[in-house]
Amino acid sequence: MTKLELSHVTIWLRSSRRPLINDLSLVVPSGEVTVIMGSSGIGKSTLLDFIGGHLDPAFTARGNVKIGEYDITHLAPEKRRIGIMFQDDLLFPHLSVGENLLFGLRSDLNKVAGRQALIEDALASADLAGFADRDPASLSGGQRARVTLLRSLLAKPQALLLDEPFARLDKHLRTDVRSFVFEHAIAEKLPVLLVTHDEVDAAAAGGKIIMLQESSI
Amino acid sequence: MFRLGLVLTAGFLTLTSSVLASEKWNETLAKAKGQTIYWNAWGGDQRTNAFIDWVGEQVEQRYGVRLNHVKLSDTAEAVTRVIAEKTAGKSSDGSVDLIWINGPNFLSMKEKGLLAGPFAQDLPNARYVDFSPSSPASVDFTIPVEGYESPWRLAKFVFNYNSARLASPPRTMQEFLIWSKNNPGRFTHPVVSNFLGATFLKQALMELVSDPKILQSAATDNNFDQVTTPLWTWYDELRPTLWRQGKTFPASEQAQQQLLSDDEIDISMSFDPAGAAAAINDGALPGTIRTYALANGTLGNFSFVAIPFNAKNKEGAMIIANFLLEPETQTHAQNINVLGSFSVLDQSKLNDSQLALLAALPTSPALPTNAELGKTLLEPHPSWMIRLSKAWKERYSQ
Amino acid sequence: MDDPTKQSLERTLFAMISRTAIGLRSILALILTAAFFIPIVLGFWQTLLPSFGYIPAIGLTRIEVFAGQDLIAEPGFASSLRLTLVTGFASTALACILAFSFCAMIQNRIAKSATERFLAPFLATPHAAMAIGLAFLFAPSGFFSRLMSPWATGWQKPPDIITINDDWGVSLIIALIAKEVPFLLLVILSALNHISVHKFMATGHALGYGRAQIWIKIIIPQIYPLIRLSLYIVLAFSLSVVDMAIIIGPSNPPTLSVLSLQWFSDSDPLSLRLATATAIVQTLIILVAVTLWFAMERVVIVVGRWWIRKGGRGPVSDYLMRFLVTMVHVLLACSVLALISLVLWSVAWRWQFPDITPLSWSVQYWSYVLNSDQDILFNSIAIAACTSLICLSFAIAWLEWQNFETPSIRIIVFCIIILPLFIPQIAFLFGLHILFLRWGLSGSLIAVGWAHSLFVFPYIILTLSDSWRSLDNRYIRSAASLGANRMKILLRVKLPMLLRPLLISAAIGFSVSMGLYLPSLVMGEGRIPTITTEAVALASGADRRLQSVYALLQALFPMIIFFAALLIPRIIYVEHADLRGDRQ
Repeated sequence: MTKLELSHVTIWLRSSRRPLINDLSLVVPSGEVTVIMGSSGIGKSTLLDFIGGHLDPAFTARGNVKIGEYDITHLAPEKRRIGIMFQDDLLFPHLSVGENLLFGLRSDLNKVAGRQALIEDALASADLAGFADRDPASLSGGQRARVTLLRSLLAKPQALLLDEPFARLDKHLRTDVRSFVFEHAIAEKLPVLLVTHDEVDAAAAGGKIIMLQESSI
Repeated sequence: MFRLGLVLTAGFLTLTSSVLASEKWNETLAKAKGQTIYWNAWGGDQRTNAFIDWVGEQVEQRYGVRLNHVKLSDTAEAVTRVIAEKTAGKSSDGSVDLIWINGPNFLSMKEKGLLAGPFAQDLPNARYVDFSPSSPASVDFTIPVEGYESPWRLAKFVFNYNSARLASPPRTMQEFLIWSKNNPGRFTHPVVSNFLGATFLKQALMELVSDPKILQSAATDNNFDQVTTPLWTWYDELRPTLWRQGKTFPASEQAQQQLLSDDEIDISMSFDPAGAAAAINDGALPGTIRTYALANGTLGNFSFVAIPFNAKNKEGAMIIANFLLEPETQTHAQNINVLGSFSVLDQSKLNDSQLALLAALPTSPALPTNAELGKTLLEPHPSWMIRLSKAWKERYSQ
Repeated sequence: MDDPTKQSLERTLFAMISRTAIGLRSILALILTAAFFIPIVLGFWQTLLPSFGYIPAIGLTRIEVFAGQDLIAEPGFASSLRLTLVTGFASTALACILAFSFCAMIQNRIAKSATERFLAPFLATPHAAMAIGLAFLFAPSGFFSRLMSPWATGWQKPPDIITINDDWGVSLIIALIAKEVPFLLLVILSALNHISVHKFMATGHALGYGRAQIWIKIIIPQIYPLIRLSLYIVLAFSLSVVDMAIIIGPSNPPTLSVLSLQWFSDSDPLSLRLATATAIVQTLIILVAVTLWFAMERVVIVVGRWWIRKGGRGPVSDYLMRFLVTMVHVLLACSVLALISLVLWSVAWRWQFPDITPLSWSVQYWSYVLNSDQDILFNSIAIAACTSLICLSFAIAWLEWQNFETPSIRIIVFCIIILPLFIPQIAFLFGLHILFLRWGLSGSLIAVGWAHSLFVFPYIILTLSDSWRSLDNRYIRSAASLGANRMKILLRVKLPMLLRPLLISAAIGFSVSMGLYLPSLVMGEGRIPTITTEAVALASGADRRLQSVYALLQALFPMIIFFAALLIPRIIYVEHADLRGDRQ
């Protein structure tokens, strides 16, 4: 599959001269999890915003993002095919679990029945068989996290960004969900960029760890 | 001897009655002092409002009566108010002391017993007014006034045209039709639910009907359709040539005047012969507007003031009604820089100095002379106008 | 004092305070019922009676059949009905769609405080003033026509085409939208605070959806329940608007509200029957319309779900959204031009077709109004200021004490509060006026002020309650743990923190009061002239120059208050960035 590459990425607040992220370059190989760590407020989430294509207008950025050989720096966010998972699961509360997944599924398959079957399979593979008509609010935290990942994967992304997705889960769930996410992502051969301040998460990722520090000019 | 006695008695009676009358009037003056009068009058015209303010200043100086102009967008607002008060059982201390009124509004108030009076002929200045039985002061829309309202302003149905756009305006209804066909979209009339719009139809009916005398008596179900056929034939031909193809009409006289000012139409109509001249003075109309009356005579009537049955300050109201009939007041009103509204007083009853004041008033090219205003036609029975409005709505509502 | 006595003393004190609290609550409930509910019901009843033929003032004391038959028989009634429904629904639906599109575009690109500043002039301009300005823009002899004549169009005289006052009410719909879109924008923007829009956008983008689709499929369904009530209020208003319909709506036949007003003003007292019957019909229409809208919502949901399940990510929605946003820009530009033309007219002496600017200038009307109509200015400002302040205090009291009420009581009282916004004014004001006459209250500043508060209070509650409830509860809990009692918390924590929302609600209350026409007219019996009663009385006369002066005055004072409301927190809290309103 393809790798995720950042070249000379610099991000700073329009109103200040001191950059948040200074000349960051990294490569996330396909099927591996790279971890970005740093203290709160240092700009980790902003970096993910930049990669995803929805950087807040209060910031300006320089540098490139490439997926494989394609430079996607100036592509519209919906065309980048980069999945994202947040701390809050952000399952759409007005849709059922199944509808959430159908939302993620690409419409290459036009047959409604075919689409329905696909999501049922996906749910079954995550031990959530028969959950298609459930209200997301009725699911437990761990179940919701799994559905969120399934939704992201059904959209066939080329890379996956994780913004502290396990922070809200309690300890014993954390391990399960974490392995679930990493296994699936690696099975799909996706380059994964994980942002966290938890060292256990970082260690479990098994890839490069990059520490972001207060940059000074 | 006997004749001398008769003459002396008559003279004595006249003297006593006039002494009594002036005593009664002095009483009224005394009671009125310090009162605040709420005069409910249409407030849509700037100059009229200013004139009423001037009246207020004068009566306060002379008689100690304070005048408050309650601005209405329609006289019927005051009528509704009085009805509401009557419904609530309020037969004194009413909120309306004086109403500017005439025609159908007067008819309904008089019939329902909502007016106080008679008072008009007891006013000292009534001596300047022609109260003979068929004069406009005695008969309002064929309804006998019987002293329940006192005149103050003259209304005459006139037309205004833009002399820059047409040299010679139509002077009969048939000429209107021909002109409008040749200049489509340049003429219209206010909605028929507005008094002026209904009057236009009425004027047309009077000109087009075969026997005008039939309009003096009430319209009946039997004769209405037959009598009004020539009107509708003429109107059906006219309507498609009107402004906006006759599908929509300006809501009032002033809305129509704005159209004339905006150059959307070339001819408008009005009840105020000096209105256009005043508007030119004011910058509201271009200087090329002229006023004229139709060749065969036009409708005209007085505007009156009336006092509701439950008015709180009847004395003050009468003081104001009387002040409005003062020759100086009427002359001041006729001044084109003030109001330009023609006097209601009978010129044969004025003395030389009062007449001289009238003659000295400023003129304007847009201002027609009394002679140019032509003959005043008698108003038909009100039932004709009511039925005309209804029939027009039925025929042309969409 | 030893401990047990002290404790029992404290207990007694506490019991007394709670009983006082209960007492205050009951007083509040009593005031709300007496001042709101009963008079509205009574007023409505008094209006109902004439429609059944009961008009004692002219001797009709028998109750007959409802005047409905006669209404339907009136020529043009059916068209009026159709017109009212079309303009009401179309304007609300279009305003809703346009407002959502615009929000989708500007979200995240403009700060909320900047949006509020930019919306303030449109919110402050009263409906009548906006209608007058827009009517001049679109008229065949109006501003746009003058801009293009005669060089582009060859017109030496204005063409005879119908643009304003058209039969289908299109110009009325446009005028209504011009006022409704800014209002809905404000409402939607404050509702957006309740969901994490940025994260949903990111998630949606990640799944391959464009901005428009994310808004339609994800964000709007979550926000819509929050703005539903405001939409219903807009719908009720569009169906019963009077002043705009007179100025820019069709005249033959007019909308139902204008028809009703015409009958109320008819010299024939029997028309009262038809007038009141029309008012009752209007109330029923609003009821039916809201139900219909609710039913439409269900349909949209079903269709929407089907569309979402298909998973399409096409570009059509984005093109549509961009088009709609352009429409909003055009609309706002027209509103600005309308205001500018009002300013030009107010200082014009002679302005004729096809000049783009007046031929000659004069400030005579400004000096006339400001010098001789000072009591009118005083009345308007005094009533608006007192009403908004009093209603604001009541609103604070209500919001503060409603925690104690059970949910069902809270809902009932809330429904009572917003009732005046759903019943056409004409339907209960007429009857109420008669009652006030009997009680000797009519014609005073108090009567007018009270009538105004009927409408000001609900708007203040609606615009304030959201911010009030969103105040982080933990501030209150922290203050309580530091020993502050309820009153102290209210005065020294809640109110100072909510200064900005409080001022904005007060500004909205002020502009609502300024723009009220029928309440001032009916309850004041003409003795309490306000800027708006003068403006409408003049609209029946038509010197545009004087109309513009009054229209601008109508708009000026609310605008000043609005800007003060936005500015004052910045000054007072110059050293407290969180409360200045920059980040919200």
